[in-house]
Amino acid sequence: MTFQNNPPTVSKLAQSLVIACMGIGIIFAILVAAKTTSGAMQFHAFIFMTALTTGIIAIINLSGRIEDEAPVKSPSGVFYNNNIIKYGVIASAFWGIVGFLVGDILAWQLAFPVLNFDLPWTNFGRLRPLHTSAVVFAFGGNVLIATSFYVVQRTGKARLAGEIAPWFVFWGYQLFIVLAATGYLLGVTQAKEYAEPEWYVDIWLTIVWVTYLLVFIGTLWRRREPHIYVANWFYLAFIVTVALLHLVNNATIPVSFVEPKSYTIFAGVQDALTQWWYAHNAVGFFLTAGFLGIMYYFVPKRAERPVYSYRLSIVHFWSIIFLYIWAGPHHLHYTALPDWAQTLGMTFSIMLWMPSWGGMINGLMTLSGAWDKLRTDPVLKMLVVSVAFYGMSTFEGPLMSIKAVNGLSHYTDWTVGHVHSGALGWVAYVSFGALYCLTPWLWNRKGLYSLKLVNIHFWVSTVGILLYICAMWVSGIMQGLMWRAYTDLGFLEYSFVETVAAMQPYFIIRAVGGLLFIIGGLVMCYNLWRTILGHSADEKAPENIDNAIAAQALGE
Amino acid sequence: MKLLDKHSILEKNPIILLIGIVLMISVGGLVEIVPLFYLENTIEKVEGMRPYTPLELAGRSIYMREGCSNCHSQMIRSTRDEVERYGHYSLAAESMYDHPQLWGSKRNGPDLARVGNKYSDEWHREHLIKPSSVVPETIMPGYPFLAEADLKFSKIDIDLKVNQMIGVPYSDEQVTNAVADLKAQLDEDSDDYDAFIERYPSAQVRDFDGNPDEITELDALIAYLQMLGTLVDFSLYNETENNR
Repeated sequence: MTFQNNPPTVSKLAQSLVIACMGIGIIFAILVAAKTTSGAMQFHAFIFMTALTTGIIAIINLSGRIEDEAPVKSPSGVFYNNNIIKYGVIASAFWGIVGFLVGDILAWQLAFPVLNFDLPWTNFGRLRPLHTSAVVFAFGGNVLIATSFYVVQRTGKARLAGEIAPWFVFWGYQLFIVLAATGYLLGVTQAKEYAEPEWYVDIWLTIVWVTYLLVFIGTLWRRREPHIYVANWFYLAFIVTVALLHLVNNATIPVSFVEPKSYTIFAGVQDALTQWWYAHNAVGFFLTAGFLGIMYYFVPKRAERPVYSYRLSIVHFWSIIFLYIWAGPHHLHYTALPDWAQTLGMTFSIMLWMPSWGGMINGLMTLSGAWDKLRTDPVLKMLVVSVAFYGMSTFEGPLMSIKAVNGLSHYTDWTVGHVHSGALGWVAYVSFGALYCLTPWLWNRKGLYSLKLVNIHFWVSTVGILLYICAMWVSGIMQGLMWRAYTDLGFLEYSFVETVAAMQPYFIIRAVGGLLFIIGGLVMCYNLWRTILGHSADEKAPENIDNAIAAQALGE
Repeated sequence: MKLLDKHSILEKNPIILLIGIVLMISVGGLVEIVPLFYLENTIEKVEGMRPYTPLELAGRSIYMREGCSNCHSQMIRSTRDEVERYGHYSLAAESMYDHPQLWGSKRNGPDLARVGNKYSDEWHREHLIKPSSVVPETIMPGYPFLAEADLKFSKIDIDLKVNQMIGVPYSDEQVTNAVADLKAQLDEDSDDYDAFIERYPSAQVRDFDGNPDEITELDALIAYLQMLGTLVDFSLYNETENNR
């Protein structure tokens, strides 16, 4: 495959085709802007037009930009596309802070409702999807796209497939985030949890996502290693399953091609199970499989040890993707969903404990013989603690899926606490670990600006997470028990609002925990920024562990 | 192990790996979701269920727009405390015309599946504009802007039409008269009253927001809230009939 040994060039044909498609997109957007009666959709049409126009200019200039960068051949003879991953690292850090911040605002709103300001675009109801989408899709999604683009190139010793396509995926995805987020604030929503964007934003995401799948498969196809590395199995499962979930759950009919409102094809109980099949597997494939891909590359790399067990990887990969899909009905215990489906969902959720812990064991045991590094390398500590949190929340999940437990936990803050032990402890920590690894590697720095700051980030955030999840355990279980409490005479003991009033102290503790988590995130951003600038805090001891790994990464 | 050696086939070809993944993830969803479209207890019709009136449907869209379902469930589970607190547990049929369902997953506020007719219109007005004026300990945001926002309903017939296309049993007559029906539900003295009540027999007709001069988003939202869970008449159900 000689073409990989030449510096990358942009195909003129591809350039013209993409520009033509984008031109059609602009014309379409002008039509929509002219005909719609919805201010929100008009606003979105203008954003879309601006984005596509900028896109066309960028594509025209792409060849020149690649020349300016003067791509460097790696020692193994590959011109890696590193630039796009640099953008991904910055976008991840940015959206992370945005998502955490909106989340903490919501936490304070629940403690002090006056903070809603009673305006349409500052109310809890419209901000809540902004928070969930910002952390899951904007922060998590950018981390996944960036790391998958990095891992698939390095483990296959091949440049990312296409020159325009990867950039289309990156910027197209940012456009999706902006359209979705501004839509929520303007009241454009399908009111389906984690699938709130309306039909036209869904179509845009579909185009971007299919391109992502093609770039990923294309890169696997041109790899120069005989085997596809295990991290890529997880990335591939994540990309293709999310595509399927997105298409089925967002099947809607718009009232008009120039109006944002649509009606989902499914109704009632069928829609409910489709929704939770989608939402649970958004957790299973977006927040689990994708991030396991990160674990399988960055933990071994950072610990400088091979993955603990190849055999366990195979068993745990196939069992986790097979079992996860069944678990959705545990969100619908004791509802109008037929009992057999609830029981099936519960059974598979409990079985899911096994492959989940298989993954955890494979990640943790990779440190065999390298445990001492936890004392000297706070980045590895973050990665390892993320895997520990993964183990904890995948133990708690099956527990909560048991009908008797779910009867108490459902509709309460216990669920919120569970989600955050996974989201903050696992997803965010493994992402932070990956960002701390990638920044010095990509910008050719000897190491991070300061490992001491990584340690501070770790401890501030960990205290924040613990405050968060402990407060939610107490408030969730307390509220669940209060709802079902009876007096001696057999009457319900508490009115609903008494159970709300009882939660205020825990809401405040949770909001403080969230604030600590944001502070930790800001410390990280500062550290990454100084690393990019090439600064070093010049810490004496311990020996800057990054150096050796960074040198090795540069060598590759 | 022999079997695991064969795994290298999957590891060496991304297309075969992709096919393997798609096969594995298809099974669970198919087994669990497809039967729900055929089984009697998920598709049965229950007496009293009717499609939403145009005004209620418009109110439902506002409920969705404001994200009410982020804090209020519409699904009473079949446990003793829920049934005593909120009323009869929710039936599958009660959300059969809901595109999408709004069962929800979190109760920062109480369940609303049967909130209809539980409070007066005036209570709802006060509560939506300033919740703490009627429930001092509440954490719900206020929605004063709904009382001032004119309801957009000139094309509500298209909303009914789309619902008809995806299986909601609106008659063509209901679709054609949607705009008139929306106005008629707000005025007991209107000329269209009789025709409206014939098309939607159990609908509640009155001015909901206390301001007869304007048709506001508050009108629509309260009309929706006041009908939630009221369609099926559970007094017709004889509990002791099934005792054995």
